[in-house]
Amino acid sequence: MKVLVIGGGMGGTIFANNLARRMRKELKAGKSSITMLSASDQHMYQPGLLYVAVGKMQPSEMYRDQTSLLEPSIRFEVDPVTTFDLDNNYVIAKSGARYDYDMIVIATGSRAHAESIPGLNEHALQFYTEPDAVAMYKQLEKFEGGKVVVAVGVPHKCPMAPLEITFMLVDYFKQRGIWEKVDLHYTYPIGRVHSLEPVAKWAAPEFERLGIQYETFFNMKEVTQNTIISEEGSEQAFDLLVTIPAHKGMQVIEDNGLGVSGFIATDRQRLNMEGRDNVFVLGDTTNIPISKAGSTAHYEAEVLAENVAALAESGIAPRNYDGKVFCFIETGEGKASYAMFDYQNPPDPKAPTAGVHWFKTAYNKMYWASARGLL
Amino acid sequence: MNDRKIVDAKNTFCPGPLMELIASMKQAEVGDELEVLSTDEGSANDIPEWIKKVGHQVLDSFDENGVWHVIVRKEK
Repeated sequence: MKVLVIGGGMGGTIFANNLARRMRKELKAGKSSITMLSASDQHMYQPGLLYVAVGKMQPSEMYRDQTSLLEPSIRFEVDPVTTFDLDNNYVIAKSGARYDYDMIVIATGSRAHAESIPGLNEHALQFYTEPDAVAMYKQLEKFEGGKVVVAVGVPHKCPMAPLEITFMLVDYFKQRGIWEKVDLHYTYPIGRVHSLEPVAKWAAPEFERLGIQYETFFNMKEVTQNTIISEEGSEQAFDLLVTIPAHKGMQVIEDNGLGVSGFIATDRQRLNMEGRDNVFVLGDTTNIPISKAGSTAHYEAEVLAENVAALAESGIAPRNYDGKVFCFIETGEGKASYAMFDYQNPPDPKAPTAGVHWFKTAYNKMYWASARGLL
Repeated sequence: MNDRKIVDAKNTFCPGPLMELIASMKQAEVGDELEVLSTDEGSANDIPEWIKKVGHQVLDSFDENGVWHVIVRKEK
């Protein structure tokens, strides 16, 4: 069986490694193969961007060579796909090479799409790419005080990032000794300060304790040099605007007509593309109404690897993805919490502790073991 | 009449039914109808509140066997 994995991010990498270990004998005997196609030879730890944006991590710490993370039995090519022919089970890549498959896993991820908001690229800070995160840190270092506004688009990956960047900005301004000169305003698209109700119930009093103003029902519409305007008709003046733009899937997904806005219609339990038995989708690339988070990709990848291996052996996929998500929440002041939930069980986050913050700090390093499918 | 788009947000906590609707609204055309399915009781109030704030229209809202249905139309 030929398995083709498109995308070398968290989902694709964990899937490929997990599957390679399950199918070790078949791979060694040459009866099966796993090929991964990626746009880059580097694997990026995306949660590191939050830390880069406030100067707590160097950009180089976010990367490892992709080949260093993959089981040796996996064929890896830096050759991004340009054309998907799902009816005939092959893709064409940038080099012109054709890759045939029996099963394909599409894990191409998502991207911040700042172009969707007029003026955002010109007037706002972002931190969802390395250049943007580095530029944000440089701007913060020049900032001497004034009004800072945080604004968020829908959908976006890393659901905790709006809160985390806000709390990390408080820490950053305090460490700089300019917190008394900062007027920090947080905005959020729905009627509370976070999508998870328990998290919102904890966060709103924290904002009040710290003196952070907040406005809910605020969806970005347009940004001018010093003002952000919402779809709901309100405006916030700013001296510094920190944004998380709405996301789309990768352009190649849209170009090939695989999904609206680049998100592929996916069965939320079996993880197959709707209408296709041999096409699977992982992580941010799906249209499943679930957090676009690394942990989502991780847990999906584990289920899918077990299922693909079982399909190859017995023709039966034994497991359903249960919707499990686990998100750390860095809350500042050396503390963190986490939210864990699935399709049936709501989150029940506990008060932040130093212990969870240190666990997150450790995970920033242990992530590489996760990527290799060991954790 | 355009086919009504179903936004199935049953048994989801994050980002949740209203944020799923906000994302779906961006992809919709003016005049399109969307029907949000949710098992979150709060969204039966949150969704109409947001729809009115931005100037769209709530066409119907009802509970059927523990699932809330909120039908909206994009007006601009």
